[in-house]
Amino acid sequence: MEAASVPAAVERAGKKTKVRDPAKPRTPWWLWLAVAGIVVFCLFPFYWLLNTSLKTGADLSTSALVPPSPTLSNYEAIFRDANFTIALKNSAIVALVTTALSLIVGSFCAYALARLRMKRKFLILAIVLSISTFPQIAIAAPIFKLWRDVGLYNTIPGLVIPYLTFALPLTIYILTSFFKEIPRDLEEAALVDGATNFEAFRKVVVPLAAPGLATAGILTFIAAWNEFLLAITLTSSTSARTVPAAIAFFTGATQFEQPLGTISAASVIISIPLILLVLLFQKRIVAGLTAGAVKG
Amino acid sequence: MEAATAQAAGVQPKRRSRGVPERRLAWYMVSPSLVLIALVAVYPIVYAVWLSLHQYSLINAGEVRWALPSAPFGNYTDALWGQDSAAFWSAFRTTFIFTIASVIFELLIGIAMAMAMHAAFKGQGILRTVILVPWAVLTVVTAITWQTIFEPELGFVNTMLGAVGLPDDTIWLGSEPEALIVMIIADVWKTAPFMALLILAGLQVIPNEIYEAGKVDGATGWQRFRKLTLPLLMPAILVALIFRTLDALRIFDLPFVLTKGAQGTDTLSLISYETFQQNRLVGEGSALAVLTFVIVMAVSFLYIRFIGGNLKTMAEE
Repeated sequence: MEAASVPAAVERAGKKTKVRDPAKPRTPWWLWLAVAGIVVFCLFPFYWLLNTSLKTGADLSTSALVPPSPTLSNYEAIFRDANFTIALKNSAIVALVTTALSLIVGSFCAYALARLRMKRKFLILAIVLSISTFPQIAIAAPIFKLWRDVGLYNTIPGLVIPYLTFALPLTIYILTSFFKEIPRDLEEAALVDGATNFEAFRKVVVPLAAPGLATAGILTFIAAWNEFLLAITLTSSTSARTVPAAIAFFTGATQFEQPLGTISAASVIISIPLILLVLLFQKRIVAGLTAGAVKG
Repeated sequence: MEAATAQAAGVQPKRRSRGVPERRLAWYMVSPSLVLIALVAVYPIVYAVWLSLHQYSLINAGEVRWALPSAPFGNYTDALWGQDSAAFWSAFRTTFIFTIASVIFELLIGIAMAMAMHAAFKGQGILRTVILVPWAVLTVVTAITWQTIFEPELGFVNTMLGAVGLPDDTIWLGSEPEALIVMIIADVWKTAPFMALLILAGLQVIPNEIYEAGKVDGATGWQRFRKLTLPLLMPAILVALIFRTLDALRIFDLPFVLTKGAQGTDTLSLISYETFQQNRLVGEGSALAVLTFVIVMAVSFLYIRFIGGNLKTMAEE
């Protein structure tokens, strides 16, 4: 049993208990306490960020639980700042292009690893996986030098290309475990009907693997959107900087203003796409994160 | 035709198709990925090793001089026991303290969260969504979030400490070792949920019958946890542990945003960045990057050993 069936396992487990304990459907109080603890632990820090983003001026030196005079002026300020809006656009381009590229190239590789007969599969998978454990700094230093020599320093392609070092292994790993879950019969039927192996992949497997592709795509997008080390190493100005890098160099509107208000507002804005993804695709994300990690 | 009969007879059908032979097609499909990985990961590492053996400062770009340093492996000896060794070993220490402390707390909190989530059947979907928020939030945003929390006046930590009569004037990010403690707390917040999800997935594949048997045998809750749950969870825990350890050893964004490496928070990745990017000492910085690489690879060697079996089953049909 693999990743994709985890939500199903949850459902089964839930049903089983209901059947077993019809007299005791109540959750004990300490469990509610634990659940409340988890919710506070996960959400309260983020609430504090939101709280800070609504404060300006003197409010920024009080630890009031609710902003005394809430205002959206921090948000207005960051959207007037070209450093931020350009970075937002750069982030979107870099993350989307990285995701698209690694899905296209990675799905071929994953299909071959999951389905076709070939030698040295284990070696290939091991190489792919060990690349994902490389510390990014080890490729950042040489690529910094290389990009400055060939003119890719501080450009969007100069970010997308090295992003493949983490995006491709992630995609290949997730897709390989998803492709293995697709029943073979349909493919076999297509082959019997005279389709080539590649046609079977394109017309039968890819449509069936759509959920897997979505999962891999979401996780890759999140990873690319979050990436920081390469983003600050390989850029030097607003033109190619992504949001995480831009925020790190953010210093507030004036020298005398506490910049945490505007920085918090920017942080909230760039978290919104990720929180939307989590709300919409919680099951897919969990399935992807646990893909291959647990063997039933 | 043949295939259809074979299938009908219940024999594994012989795959036969028009087009490219299967084995060759497999290589066609794999090679774009392998070529890209070679170009963007393997080649840069080899180049980093070459750079690390040479010295050249971009500051005097007018007088281009790429040469072997006067002493053999000069960049390495400088970092390990020469002029830069204090910075290197301090970063080494910080990185390992950070890794060990954060991974241990993440594991403990992750197990506790997973057990609670596993027991709470109602609202599990909502809990999973909630738990994914810290995981999904950018590391940079995590750093800023905890900066607002520990900020002496704006944050609630000092206010709460003051309310219970403890000193309330600590400048958390401006003192040592407080800054490192904030960094560990921020990392635990961000990644304990990830641990919880992996461990929860492990819990969910343990058959309920095992617990029933344990209950019948009169085992207490703690005994059931120690003797049944924990051993069965070990594979999931190991995978989560190793993933997290490798990630923590590479930590860069948290100290960069929180303190820029001040107050004893300089990590291995961060000193390498400071050397080649900010000081433009590409050779020296590459040596530090290669050292970081070797350290992480040594640890990930354990990783391959632990989940190597798992990989093998994935590669097999």
